[in-house]
Amino acid sequence: MNGLLWLIPLLPLAGFLLNGILGRRLSNLLVTTIALAASLGSFVTVLLCANGFSGGKLATLPLTAVAPQPWIALGALHVDFALVLDQLSLTMLLVVTGVGFLIHIYSVGYMHGDSGYARYFSYLNLFLFFMTTLVLAGNILVMFVGWEGVGLASYLLIGFWFQRKSAADAGKKAFLVNRVGDFGFLIGIFLLLANFGTLGFSEISAKLAASPAQSPILTGGVLTAICICLLIGAAGKSAQLPLYIWLPDAMEGPTPVSALIHAATMVTAGVYMIARTHFLFDRAPVALAAVAIVGAATAIFAATIGLAQNDIKRVLAYSTISQLGYMFLACGVAAYSAAIFHLVTHAFFKALLFLAAGSVIHSLGGEQDMRKMGGLWKKIPVTFWTMTIAVFTIAGFPPLAAFFSKDAILYAAFVQGPGGKLLWFVGLVTALLTSLYMFRLWYMTFLGKARSPEVHPHESPWTMLAPLIVLALLSIGGGWIGIERFTAFLTPVVGAHQQASASPHLELILSGAAVAVALLGWLIAHLFYCESSSRPAQLAAALPTGYKLLANKYFVDEIYGAAIVRPLLAISKYFLGWVVDFAILGGAAWLLAGIANFAGMILQRWQSGNLRSYAAWLAAAAAALLLFVLLAGWPQSLNLSLLHAEPFYNITVLHFGARP
Amino acid sequence: MNLDVPISWYLLLSALLFSLGVVGFLIKRNLITIFMSIELMLNAVNLSFVAFASQWHEVKGQIFVFFVMVVAAAEAAVGLAIIIAVFRARATLAVDRIDRMKL
Amino acid sequence: MHLVLFFLFAGFCLAGAVNLLVQSHPINSALSLIVVMVSLAVLYLLLGAEFLAIAQIIVYAGAVMVLFTFVVMLLNDGREELTYGSHVARSVGFPAVVAIFAVIATVILRAEGLGYAHLGAGLNAAQGLGTAKDNSNLVVLSQVLFHELLLPFEVTSVLILIAILGAVALAHSEGAERTVEK
Repeated sequence: MNGLLWLIPLLPLAGFLLNGILGRRLSNLLVTTIALAASLGSFVTVLLCANGFSGGKLATLPLTAVAPQPWIALGALHVDFALVLDQLSLTMLLVVTGVGFLIHIYSVGYMHGDSGYARYFSYLNLFLFFMTTLVLAGNILVMFVGWEGVGLASYLLIGFWFQRKSAADAGKKAFLVNRVGDFGFLIGIFLLLANFGTLGFSEISAKLAASPAQSPILTGGVLTAICICLLIGAAGKSAQLPLYIWLPDAMEGPTPVSALIHAATMVTAGVYMIARTHFLFDRAPVALAAVAIVGAATAIFAATIGLAQNDIKRVLAYSTISQLGYMFLACGVAAYSAAIFHLVTHAFFKALLFLAAGSVIHSLGGEQDMRKMGGLWKKIPVTFWTMTIAVFTIAGFPPLAAFFSKDAILYAAFVQGPGGKLLWFVGLVTALLTSLYMFRLWYMTFLGKARSPEVHPHESPWTMLAPLIVLALLSIGGGWIGIERFTAFLTPVVGAHQQASASPHLELILSGAAVAVALLGWLIAHLFYCESSSRPAQLAAALPTGYKLLANKYFVDEIYGAAIVRPLLAISKYFLGWVVDFAILGGAAWLLAGIANFAGMILQRWQSGNLRSYAAWLAAAAAALLLFVLLAGWPQSLNLSLLHAEPFYNITVLHFGARP
Repeated sequence: MNLDVPISWYLLLSALLFSLGVVGFLIKRNLITIFMSIELMLNAVNLSFVAFASQWHEVKGQIFVFFVMVVAAAEAAVGLAIIIAVFRARATLAVDRIDRMKL
Repeated sequence: MHLVLFFLFAGFCLAGAVNLLVQSHPINSALSLIVVMVSLAVLYLLLGAEFLAIAQIIVYAGAVMVLFTFVVMLLNDGREELTYGSHVARSVGFPAVVAIFAVIATVILRAEGLGYAHLGAGLNAAQGLGTAKDNSNLVVLSQVLFHELLLPFEVTSVLILIAILGAVALAHSEGAERTVEK
């Protein structure tokens, strides 16, 4: 059973290699088969492993698979290729491979006829390989390999249609911003290595548990620093403030890519990493508070921007950022299982939202601006109904999935003390905004009059609709496992943090409040967007600066550009380009050449062909040699009377330096 | 009066002859004369060897002179042949005019 | 006797050497060099190297210098002008010569253990070569030359052969006139 673990990442890797190397020469059908087989194989393997633990065999988790040869064995540093399957990674893997497989099926229909068909599927399989490596990693270095790898896959897929400059730029932006986060992650790894001497999760956890709580080294400063560094890494990958700017631009990629990578799986890697290293965060309360604050701030920040966007995918992107903020908020109040629960449900409904949006775009022939949509609900019914389910889910209506997970988060925040109440309030406002912009999207896209009647939308093929239906079903029933059972399932991994619910009445009140704001958001959206009224325009005219701020995403990109990018470019061009490259390095090379040249010019005059000057120099050299020999051995060594006793061939050599 | 000559006088004579040979090398213009100065230097060294051989009653000094003579003779032959070849190429024996380092 | 002879022939040596430098026609320089060589032969005799004295006259004065004279007459380039062709020769060369002479002279004059040259002194006082009767210079020299130094002796004959070949090859006129450059 342990050996099966290797199949989970290696099957997609095989798919990547096959499609990547041979894909261009294979027929589309063969490419599809390989790709689907790889992802399905991975999913089935996960199911097999999961099946082995159902019932009473849960006690045999975690499964570990360690490669016989260590990866790095260098003095004190010892790192293995280690895969670990425990409850947390099992949950995550089910999401990754399951939703991944569905999106593979969807892509068959969406990317039909694209010239880069094989390339697309090879990249998708590559992504699966790295993501499963990240999830299964048993030590932080293997996780980092997966971390970087998914960043690479993201870059490749965002810039898939690289002939479009905006797509290529978006890919670069994603990679670079991720790099900034990865830098923080690396510093965190170095600090971990320096302080613990090992990188395996279980080893570090054991060492931390063994050391007393008041250990002067491991509480306070060092742990907080490590956790802040890890937080920076997570913020980069999971698009939190201030490193979220890449995610909206990443919508340049194909919509299935947005669904898989930038909604369901890759961006949740940050949350997963924090849950994985929870034992560090638990001992650094400052860092934990930072996580919560970052999460809450991001949630409300992104929600406000989402109100004023007109591209359907942008709205969903900001929605993703906002929901990720919820997950970070949950981690920040040490409700890790609630965060993972929301991660799972979010994967379902966000993937559904993106895929449905992709279906809409596909049916309209590429139109993404919501202002040109409308009146679609009769024409693309399957898409409409599945998207409706998703919209209601994200708004938090019971008994759909997100109601349970969001409630768990808000409740955990509320009972966390006075700061927690503030966080709860922020979360509540965000829920209102979420409901508002999602229903705005719903109304603008599907209902009302058709604003571009010349386009005749057609329903998408069944390869695209089938995953929508599956995901809709999952969105409906995904939350029914309930937070208590889920927490119990995850407790061996994330530890027991939740206090027993203080009062069920409090829970009910808080849930009621959440549902109330969801309804309020629907109502407002209905008033503004249902009939094609001019109320939105009036409001925008009434608050021009506010509207401009939101519509332009608070000008964050422009601020970054002016404050960071342009100075860097200026430094590169003027300092590094002119001073270092041209003057210093070029000057050094020129100097060396100049010296050689100059020496040559001087020495050239010695080779005059003039015999007499040659003779003169010879005589001078002979004189110098004689003087040197004389002065080096004068006078005590000079005793010529010894010579007649010397042996045979030394007769003519005056031995300077020989003592009597 | 039968005073014997110190060996050092022979050696001084040898040094003087050698220096004169070098001077000749430096100030003479005719190629053959320069060559003759070289022969003068060789002879001076021979004298020095014979003086030392006499000083220590070593026959090896004289044998070395023997070999020097042989080599000098061979060298003179080849050197003069070269001078003849140079004269054919340049039609002059003035060493200042034979300074083009190409054929 | 020894002293007188030494001064006489040393004087001839020096006069010849100076004359070599002073004369402007190469044939005069050649003849002066012959004088030097003959004087040197006498000095060898004074130092007890009879064989070398004869060899000096036969080989050097009789063959090498004759060769020189032939070449001078063959090429017949005439008198030379004393020109200053190289500044370096004057500024670097002459001090170098002075330095060389000074160093060697210093070494010689400061050395201890240099004795006197005796007329008629044999060579084998420390060698033990030859019989008590037959210790002539020639016998001693040839005994060493043909016993221990036989190989170098034969090698020098090869050397002379090569020199002959080289001289013939170099001086051989190719028939066609080479480019004459002034």
